[in-house]
Amino acid sequence: MYKILTNKELAPKIRLFEVYAPEVAEKTLPGQFIILIIGETGERIPLTIAGYDHKKGTIKFVFNEVGKTTKQLGLMKEGEYIETITGPLGNPSEIKNFGKVLCVGGGVMIAPMFLQVQALQKTGNKVTTVVGARIKDLLFFEDEMKVYSDKVYVATDDGSKGYKGLDFLKDLLFKEKFDRCVVMGPVVMMKAVSEMTKPFGIPTVVTLTPIMVDGMGMCGVCRVMVAGKMKFGCVDGPEFDGHAVDFDGLIKRQRLFLPEERLSSLLWEKLGGCSCGGK
Amino acid sequence: MAENKPKPKPKIQKESVPIPKQKPEERRRNFNEVALGYTEEQALAEANRCLQCPKPQCIQGCPVEIEIPAFIKLIREGKFEEAVKKVKEKNSLPAICGRVCPQEEQCQKFCIVGKVGDPVSIGRLERFLADWERSIDVKALRDAPATGKKVAIIGAGPAGLTAAADLARLGHKVVIFEALHLPGGVLVYGIPEFRLPKSIVRAEVDYIVKLGVELKLGYLIGRTFTIPELLKYKGFDAVFIGTGAGLPQFMGVPGENLGGIYSANEFLIRVNLMKSYAFPAYDTPIRIGKHVVVIGGGNVAMDSARSALRLGAEQVCIVYRRSRDELPARKEEIENAEEEGIICKFLAAPTRFIGDEKGWVKAMECICMELGPPDESGRRRPVPVKGSEFVMDTDTVIVAIGRTPNPIIQSTTAGLEVTKWGTIVTDENGKTSLEGVYAGGDIVTGEATVISAMGAGKKAAKAIHEYLMKK
Ligand SMILES: Cc1cc2nc3c(=O)[nH]c(=O)nc-3n(C[C@H](O)[C@H](O)[C@H](O)COP(=O)(O)OP(=O)(O)OC[C@H]3O[C@@H](n4cnc5c(N)ncnc54)[C@H](O)[C@@H]3O)c2cc1C
Ligand SMILES: Cc1cc2nc3c(=O)[nH]c(=O)nc-3n(C[C@H](O)[C@H](O)[C@H](O)COP(=O)(O)OP(=O)(O)OC[C@H]3O[C@@H](n4cnc5c(N)ncnc54)[C@H](O)[C@@H]3O)c2cc1C
Ligand code: SF4
Ligand code: SF4
Ligand code: FES
Repeated sequence: MYKILTNKELAPKIRLFEVYAPEVAEKTLPGQFIILIIGETGERIPLTIAGYDHKKGTIKFVFNEVGKTTKQLGLMKEGEYIETITGPLGNPSEIKNFGKVLCVGGGVMIAPMFLQVQALQKTGNKVTTVVGARIKDLLFFEDEMKVYSDKVYVATDDGSKGYKGLDFLKDLLFKEKFDRCVVMGPVVMMKAVSEMTKPFGIPTVVTLTPIMVDGMGMCGVCRVMVAGKMKFGCVDGPEFDGHAVDFDGLIKRQRLFLPEERLSSLLWEKLGGCSCGGK
Repeated sequence: MAENKPKPKPKIQKESVPIPKQKPEERRRNFNEVALGYTEEQALAEANRCLQCPKPQCIQGCPVEIEIPAFIKLIREGKFEEAVKKVKEKNSLPAICGRVCPQEEQCQKFCIVGKVGDPVSIGRLERFLADWERSIDVKALRDAPATGKKVAIIGAGPAGLTAAADLARLGHKVVIFEALHLPGGVLVYGIPEFRLPKSIVRAEVDYIVKLGVELKLGYLIGRTFTIPELLKYKGFDAVFIGTGAGLPQFMGVPGENLGGIYSANEFLIRVNLMKSYAFPAYDTPIRIGKHVVVIGGGNVAMDSARSALRLGAEQVCIVYRRSRDELPARKEEIENAEEEGIICKFLAAPTRFIGDEKGWVKAMECICMELGPPDESGRRRPVPVKGSEFVMDTDTVIVAIGRTPNPIIQSTTAGLEVTKWGTIVTDENGKTSLEGVYAGGDIVTGEATVISAMGAGKKAAKAIHEYLMKK
């Protein structure tokens, strides 16, 4: 049982949790994730660790309320317990002095990106950070990023704040030389950024989020093709070379259970599970 | 002991007492247990078929050497409680072994009555006893004083559970670390409800917990803690690795990542561990089409096929690259599957999967096989017949072509000797190349059986005990 210490709304439908999980916290490094299950009938869902405190024994994660499990989680109160948290899972990120690093975080993944930015800055890198979201209301951690980055850019899909879309990156890449690029966000965004950095030969690391069940290499649902070889996102990743990933294959596989997920979420809402009471 | 009591020779009853089963037309659409178990009268009748051989052959067929004639004799005398005790001296999970042991290859293969008729149904009798015991309240007792030593068991499959039980009874403090959120290993995530009800696994696990074993769920060793950390910083004096063979294999043919193609492990984990047959009451979904194809011929393939049928598939076809004679699944399970209406297509193997515009599988191209000379496994090697490709329609494919050892421990434990197949190297007592670290079950042998994993857990427990008492 894992006690929820903080449940805070960062932006509409985006929540930050801090949970007491000392044994997970003890071993966590940037880039790793957990799998949690709320209760007996629940689904196992993977979430990237967005913060940890070895001393307090806590971990943080930030999630989007998109389906039944994440909506249910969002309704849980501080002081309540999550049944099981397994982690840290996956391989930690490679953190060392690369020189100049471009960090692009999109949507809810801005949160774990903040952890990367901190770690990269602490190891002596010069960090340029881009935070992106669909609209300006969904942006968060902009100020926090500024503390650890040499430069922070903001982008939104609709241009309601900062640049409109990520096309400005092309100019940036022409003007400045980067030794490494780290991207965390929606698959389409990771794909677009990887395509932009490729002609410049900048090593680009993406964090893949295929559908997962066990998260320890036993089911193979998280398989993705990387450089023509089958890899398991949970044990071989979650980070991969953005220039070698078959993103289109990944997008297709992420949608496999869409109808079932909709049904599950809808039924739950109709039965009054959520706070909106079926509206 | 059986051998020091001479007894009158009973007349041999050639046929065994049949086990009542759910009718095929009913059971093919539900997840309730197929075989229903003996009643007291049936068990007595079956027990009476045993000749109480002075030199019983059956025992050598049992990997944990249960004193079979002795427990059968106790059944005959109506002393069920003592009979259970006799079984449990060697086997802490009789309700499970009685159901899933390949008895026809093990104890029953050697039973002398088998030479003139059906062998004594040892497994069914064991199951009867265990089920009888569950109906009364069990008191689990430690039989030794506390030693003050602490052992970590990694993996709550049959190997780990058995080692844990034995070590706890010897007075050691035992902690099991299991990566999944439920204990049991393949018994909960692989073998379906209709062959092994999960309530039975739970009861057996409860028994082990009553012995004082601590169960820590959701701990992936190698990530949460490594083995060197357990020994150095977490106060453990010894470690037993029972992490099993759970890594699914794929065929590497085009189209394998299409929607509707599951590894058997994914399919079975969804259905059994996550109970997606009860979706949406349980949150994890599964999608089963009309025409299901299962590739492979072992127990895993049979379990997948029979589960798919129960989830509502119209037609389920098993595609196997060798012929019926080479099917590795248990005979009883093949018969059960065929009775339920599962079709087998022999001597064929997939060469490619064809998808629809949404990226979902809609057909499978296969090539016919013929059997060539035997390969290293001693079975005749299937060879593709040139130009024999054919296409079959399918909307759900389950790939059940084998599983390899879970790799996380091996890659996070420096100095642990491993074979090129990823299995852990041990001596005959389960000792690995590292001091105080033992291993057993599928992680050492590759895919095997429940009872052999338990046998390995037992042996290692004995070796660990000796090591700890010397230390
Ligand atoms: C390694 C990893 C790390 C992740 N980290 C985070 C994180 O830090 N924060 C966060 O909000 N989400 C993260 N995700 C995605 C998260 O796991 C899913 O959003 C979650 O499982 C949805 O569960 P649900 O029951 O609420 O929704 P569901 O009903 O299961 O799904 C609702 C919607 O989410 C989509 N979805 C489901 N699974 C995924 C997935 N794996 N990736 C992307 N979309 C998905 C579905 O297609 C559907 O549209 C991560 C996924 C992985 C594999
Ligand atoms: C579908 C199916 C049907 C079968 N049918 C039969 C049958 O009828 N009869 C028979 O005798 N055998 C059968 N078998 C084989 C039998 O189940 C296995 O041989 C047996 O379970 C092996 O036991 P084990 O303890 O070695 O491993 P497992 O049962 O695989 O248990 C290993 C456990 O370790 C956990 N684990 C793995 N890595 C870690 C880690 N790093 N940290 C913590 N925990 C970890 C796993 O989650 C798992 O719970 C079947 C197998 C399958 C898949
Ligand atoms: S444990 Fe298995 S092999 Fe041993 S006697 Fe029982 S059924 Fe037979
Ligand atoms: S070999 Fe058969 S008949 Fe003889 S003791 Fe064993 S079970 Fe009984
Ligand atoms: S999530 Fe099952 S193998 Fe990766």
